[in-house]
Amino acid sequence: MCGIAGVIHRGQAVGVGQEMTAMLQSLKHRGPDSTGFAVYGVTKPDEYVMRLKLAEAEDFDTDYNIRDKIRDRQALVDNRLAELGAQTLEVEQPTPYAFRYRLKFSGDTKQLATDLEHIEGGEVLSFGHALELIKDLGDATVVSQQYGLGRFQGTHGIGHTRMATESDVDIRSAHPYWAYPYNDISVVHNGQITNYWIMRREMERLGHRFMSNCDSELLAVYTANNLEQGATLEDSLKSSIKDIDGVFTYIVATDKELGMAKDTMAAKPMVLYESDDIVALASEEVAIRAIVPREIDTSDPYDEEVRVWQR
Amino acid sequence: MATLTKAAPTEQERKSHEMGMHTEQLTGRTQQVFFDIDLNEAHHGFGLPDTFDVDFNKRGEIDASNMDAKQVNARIREMMRKGYGTIVLKNPAAKHSMAVGILNRLNLIIEGSLGYFGCGLVDGPNIRINGRVGWSCGENMMSGTILIEKNAGSQFGAALRGGDLVCKGDVGSRTGIDMKGGNIIVGGDTGSFSGFMMQRGRMVICGNAGKNLGDSMYDGTIFLGGEPRSLGVDAVWSDITDLDKEWLEKKLKKYDVMPKGGIDSFRKIVAGKQLWNYDNLEPTEKKLVL
Repeated sequence: MCGIAGVIHRGQAVGVGQEMTAMLQSLKHRGPDSTGFAVYGVTKPDEYVMRLKLAEAEDFDTDYNIRDKIRDRQALVDNRLAELGAQTLEVEQPTPYAFRYRLKFSGDTKQLATDLEHIEGGEVLSFGHALELIKDLGDATVVSQQYGLGRFQGTHGIGHTRMATESDVDIRSAHPYWAYPYNDISVVHNGQITNYWIMRREMERLGHRFMSNCDSELLAVYTANNLEQGATLEDSLKSSIKDIDGVFTYIVATDKELGMAKDTMAAKPMVLYESDDIVALASEEVAIRAIVPREIDTSDPYDEEVRVWQR
Repeated sequence: MATLTKAAPTEQERKSHEMGMHTEQLTGRTQQVFFDIDLNEAHHGFGLPDTFDVDFNKRGEIDASNMDAKQVNARIREMMRKGYGTIVLKNPAAKHSMAVGILNRLNLIIEGSLGYFGCGLVDGPNIRINGRVGWSCGENMMSGTILIEKNAGSQFGAALRGGDLVCKGDVGSRTGIDMKGGNIIVGGDTGSFSGFMMQRGRMVICGNAGKNLGDSMYDGTIFLGGEPRSLGVDAVWSDITDLDKEWLEKKLKKYDVMPKGGIDSFRKIVAGKQLWNYDNLEPTEKKLVL
């Protein structure tokens, strides 16, 4: 089933971390397996924020030496960053396996992400000037507390509560997905993609990497591929309705924009609230009510509808 | 003069009767109920267990802000048991499954929006909702009226069996899917696959409709004020009659909705009945018989 949500404030940074937590907590019944957030802070053009994980949560149950291994892996990360000329400004470790790096870097970010993912257990969850991507097992409140999301200030964000149907319950199959190797682009999805393997092979032939077997990752890679070829976000959303088979509603966020697309069958829900200062969208109205308690007018986008909003 | 005696069965019919294909065998607990005049209604299960005699002049309020759907529904039932005939539900906050299973007359005013499955499985109440409703509002309604002032989600009035379900705004996709009676009235537009597999009843759409309007409809009527993106399989245009217009005028006046072009802009869509094949044998049965 899965629940997705997004919010964008026009022209101001607010407590978007707290808002997304409230929205996703009210969608918990749509998916209790894992929760993920992609929130966008104030863009700092000369700095990068990188979120990466060096193990799965389940490794702690199966591997006695995992803590030592993570320590070694982190040393490797630091080495490779230094080799590539990245200057580490700050490192945080909100959970034993998840890291947040603040960097100064002027080289090829794709090279950097690829090098770090060669480290065993390493996956770059996000990379960008504004994007912070957090995902873990548990409901919204648990994940938000673990990663201190309540304090996060930003302009927009998207999130996902997952009911695992197509792949495993682990962090690598949790949403949102970062559109590797594009800075600041993330995707959340509710639905099933039926031409996943055909599209995946097509994308792999073009040189894109897949980290999981989750069908939603395809949308992130697909978006990245379109943007690489010079398409706008709106073009990419529109073409996805023709290229991707199945039932889906998904939200894409960039550092400046938030967009959504709905499939030809309108099989997956989406409720939309638009005003001059805020746009909120979610699988169910109850999530919008969690952040806009006053009486409001909401609507359902129709099939094949594509919308994009600027912050 | 038409004869009342049935013609002799064909060879094919005789064979299929002999093989028991035309007699339905009930298994498990029998569905047959024999009526005994000496026993009361409750014995036969004719009466509904949770129906109450209410007084419309007795008015009460429920504040749903700190209640879940189960508590709200239990509270409505408790108030009806006490004879409240007019209930105002405040702060519903788009929660799911509210005001379901009301089986008697009641004036229910909902000040706010409902989530999924709002007012489902009701039989008799008059419900007015000042906000929006989510998916599957009024599903399986038997009788009564539900009036929504704002927009509605998909599967609006799914499997509706009776009563009037009215939305003054726009509704989502698959409106009136599988409806078996009653009236759905939409003041604005509807999404795709509206009237999908509808079997009976009337649907009135004042605005435009999405693609595949009336797809695979068995029967029933759709009145459309605007334009459809496309008609579905086996849905065909038909001629609107004066009787239809009279009925439309009466109904729409009652709920204060009207298409931009007035009553004359309505067109009628019915089933082409090309997909009707109820009397045909299944391929496997055919093989056995022939």
